[in-house]
Amino acid sequence: MKAMENNQARDEYIIIVGCGRLGSHLARLLSKARKSVVVIDKNEYAFHRLSEDYSGFTIEADAIEIDTLLRAKIHKADVVVATTNDDNTNVMIAQVAKTIYHVPKVVARLFEPSRQLVYEELGIETLCPTILSAEALKNYIMGKETEELE
Amino acid sequence: MNIIIVGGGKQLHFLTKSFVSKGYNVTIINHDAEYCKKLARMHQANIVHGDGTKPYILEDAGASYSEMVIALTKEDPHNLVICQIAEKMFKVKKTFAMVNDPMNIEIFKKLGVGNVICTADIISSFIEQKISIDDITNLFPIEEGKVAAMEIEINSDFPIIDTKLKDIEFPRDATIGCIIRGGQAVIPRGDTIVEEDDKLIILCLPKVQSEVLKTIRGRTD
Repeated sequence: MKAMENNQARDEYIIIVGCGRLGSHLARLLSKARKSVVVIDKNEYAFHRLSEDYSGFTIEADAIEIDTLLRAKIHKADVVVATTNDDNTNVMIAQVAKTIYHVPKVVARLFEPSRQLVYEELGIETLCPTILSAEALKNYIMGKETEELE
Repeated sequence: MNIIIVGGGKQLHFLTKSFVSKGYNVTIINHDAEYCKKLARMHQANIVHGDGTKPYILEDAGASYSEMVIALTKEDPHNLVICQIAEKMFKVKKTFAMVNDPMNIEIFKKLGVGNVICTADIISSFIEQKISIDDITNLFPIEEGKVAAMEIEINSDFPIIDTKLKDIEFPRDATIGCIIRGGQAVIPRGDTIVEEDDKLIILCLPKVQSEVLKTIRGRTD
């Protein structure tokens, strides 16, 4: 019984919007970890980034249209990740997922750090590659000094 | 009053002109530098060049002391973000978002944008109403079309002439709110009799609209 529960917990349903470098790579990783994954992109060509070992689904449509998200069965999703190249699109999709369809885990990728605060206030989990890279670089450059400080 | 408009196009020109002529202080945000120069020559408004969905651009445009922000860009997500940042970060009281896809009207409302305007939706419902009915002189949707208010002039060939209101078999979801008779407003009661050239002002749900018209005019078309 316990094993089955674990199995079900592992069988999360994940929707990834935007099949760019980040979206496609994440889809591949999750697919390898045997999660059920659907990737949405409005440009069919974007799906070439998914490797052959990707076993999930793809939907070619604009995720800003609510019909697309319904087709992807957003009401059944456990996780929605918005990784399109437009911050505002990501934020809108994340809010639709969180506020209207009550998806438990929602993350939006934001390039622009200045907007992050607003959306954290709204309860949207955001991920900013700019800040992450800057911090990683800072740690790499100043790593030794910070250690000494601590 | 300070008003910020984000976007471009004919609507922007029209709104800016009308607001400036009323003496309001208008600030326009646009991301195209050349277009901004053109705007600066055309309008007596402050022009800010930049992406209006970024908080610091809205700050430059004076969002914190503006009473109104209008988002008119072609992209729905941009308009959503502009209104949300204006409301949440700068506490702007009135925000208006233009929506290009009518499906997004409900979504924007659920996400907390105060005023949502959808031109495609307004135009299509307006045309639909205009072409189907000639006797209706005025018709406007209330609360995005949840209720319809219409004004119908009574012609001599309508079957409900000389009938008491209580004897007219109206659908349950419709009511006559007022009768305009010879330029005077009459508040109707059950025993009010409908006369020729009366203008009935009717409130009804959209689903019974055609039934109401059928009852009044005695025909469908």
